Amino acid sequence: MPDSASPVSASDVSVHTLYKDGSARRIALITGLSLLVIATAVLSAGIGTVSITPQDTILAIGHSSAVTLQDFLHAYLPPIAAWYDAIPFTIPTPTNPQAELIVVGFRLPRIFLAILTGISLAVAGTVMQGLLRNPLVSPFTLGLSSAASFGAALAIVLGPGILVSYFLLSYDMWIVVFSFLFGWLSMILVYWISRSRGTTQSTLILAGVVIGYLFTAGVMALKYTTNNEKLRELMVWLMGGMWGASWNAVLLLIPLVIICFFLLERKAWDLNALSAGDDVAKNLGINVERLRLSGLMVSTFAASCCLAFTGIIGFVGLMGPHICRMIIGSDHRYLIPCAGLMGAAILLLSDTVARTIMSPVEIPVGIIMYAIGGIFFLFMIMRGKGRGLY
Amino acid sequence: MEISIENVCKDYGERRVLDTISFSFGKSEIVALVGPNGSGKSTLIKTLAGVHKQTSGSISIDGTDIRKIDPIELARCVGYVPQHFTYTLYSTVFETVLLGRRQHIRWSVSDEELSRVQHSLDVLEMGQMAGSYMDQLSGGERQKVFIARALAQDPKLFLFDEPTSALDIRYQIEVMETMREITWERGAGMIIAVHDLNLAYRYADTVVVLHGGKMAGYGKPQEVLTPTCINKVYGVESFIVENEFGKFIVPFRAKAVI
Repeated sequence: MPDSASPVSASDVSVHTLYKDGSARRIALITGLSLLVIATAVLSAGIGTVSITPQDTILAIGHSSAVTLQDFLHAYLPPIAAWYDAIPFTIPTPTNPQAELIVVGFRLPRIFLAILTGISLAVAGTVMQGLLRNPLVSPFTLGLSSAASFGAALAIVLGPGILVSYFLLSYDMWIVVFSFLFGWLSMILVYWISRSRGTTQSTLILAGVVIGYLFTAGVMALKYTTNNEKLRELMVWLMGGMWGASWNAVLLLIPLVIICFFLLERKAWDLNALSAGDDVAKNLGINVERLRLSGLMVSTFAASCCLAFTGIIGFVGLMGPHICRMIIGSDHRYLIPCAGLMGAAILLLSDTVARTIMSPVEIPVGIIMYAIGGIFFLFMIMRGKGRGLY
Repeated sequence: MEISIENVCKDYGERRVLDTISFSFGKSEIVALVGPNGSGKSTLIKTLAGVHKQTSGSISIDGTDIRKIDPIELARCVGYVPQHFTYTLYSTVFETVLLGRRQHIRWSVSDEELSRVQHSLDVLEMGQMAGSYMDQLSGGERQKVFIARALAQDPKLFLFDEPTSALDIRYQIEVMETMREITWERGAGMIIAVHDLNLAYRYADTVVVLHGGKMAGYGKPQEVLTPTCINKVYGVESFIVENEFGKFIVPFRAKAVI
């Protein structure tokens, strides 16, 4: 029996009441998680080798944003800039003179990258679980994380070639494209295996693990054969970390993640219908094959984009959806945003710990995710036994 | 409402599983599909439900070929309960039934949709379980939830693939009585694949007997479900008993396999 979401069996409770109560609980969770992510981001921006107070953190972010906006308006929209300059209200600079550089220059891109990666991995995990009707699948357990990381590593080793200038791609885009192509290759393999006759839920996970090993072997081979300069970057892909964070990467990822989120959120009802089985979904007028392929493609893209900058990050796509499912049930309209926010909170907290626990030495967040994610996965396997969980 | 099935054939690869099936029926009519395992009952029901496409032949609802009907419109016309059903953990009874209204919901759920869900649950006397989780229910209760989901669809044609297979004898009779009432009240047509010949005998208006993908009998239950037909199709000897409650088929011996 589920833990937190209390089942209601009283005969007097109407469907209307149940629905309204459920919606209220779901909206409360979305609000709570949003606040948690914002609060964690502000706190995380303040802690590290140099400690900065929350007030200075907020002032640094506010002041820097105001200055950036002003510069942007002066450069591109002069009429509005004049109006903007006339506003008497100004944001004071933080008391710590280094605060703005440390918070905005170094910590915020990393925080944003952790949030975006957490959202995209957890959303991708939720959608993949719904599409394949398998609660144990996620970008990591299906080998997508390793494949996307291999793609990114290959792009780094090959370097920006002639195609980059031909297609006017930035170096970051070049990495994202490679990451997606290899991520998609792994998903095609998984999709093909899932369609084969006699495939069980466990077979799919085992296949995912094997695909993951193959691509991890690929990253190791690249690491072994490449020169010293690129070695450190490749270590990131293997262990998973937020060292790849930069404003360029973040500004590229924000629109991509938002678009993918809305594309997947639009399919929430179809994902709900798919939970009743392929045949029922088809009877309900849903093109199941198209839904599955397009859903896998968009979620792969969302996950691959972020993994291109972080390397292999495990288990966020498994923990986010499951914790939320226990609290609010499995309506994908709410589950997708809740899982995304939960993933963001988990990864941001973990990265903050990774950054500060042995300060000034940083450990890769991938190690922390492996540790807590592995325990969670084990818990799910033990708990799900005999309950139709897998 | 008129459902017409004409010369429907369905092949899986090189194997023909439905061979020139033709029959028609109208509103408030229950058609029982009977036949041994592998005779094509489920395939015919899935073809009617839009899950499979027939290889040849035509299926029409009120004169319109279902292949020309928009899938969303077809979903509003045809409600289907499969033999094997799935559900996700942490999904509740009313959320499962609400899926039947999928094609009427864009994003948010209106009070009217919720009222239909409530009504469907009440018809099957499942209202008190609306908030229960699916994995808390017995097999029979889950089957009733899926029947309620089809009711919530409010279709012109109901398709049930062995709806009583997981039910005990009390539930079997309750569900069949409910289905009988639904077809009368809503003027809907219904096709039910059943293994229990006595349920077909008692509740169906028409029986279609399938054997090896072909029609081996079609007509009123008393005319079709004879000991001779049962012997030919199932290889089982049987007799009919009649008392004040009606006629009953009593199978008693499997034909010796030579």
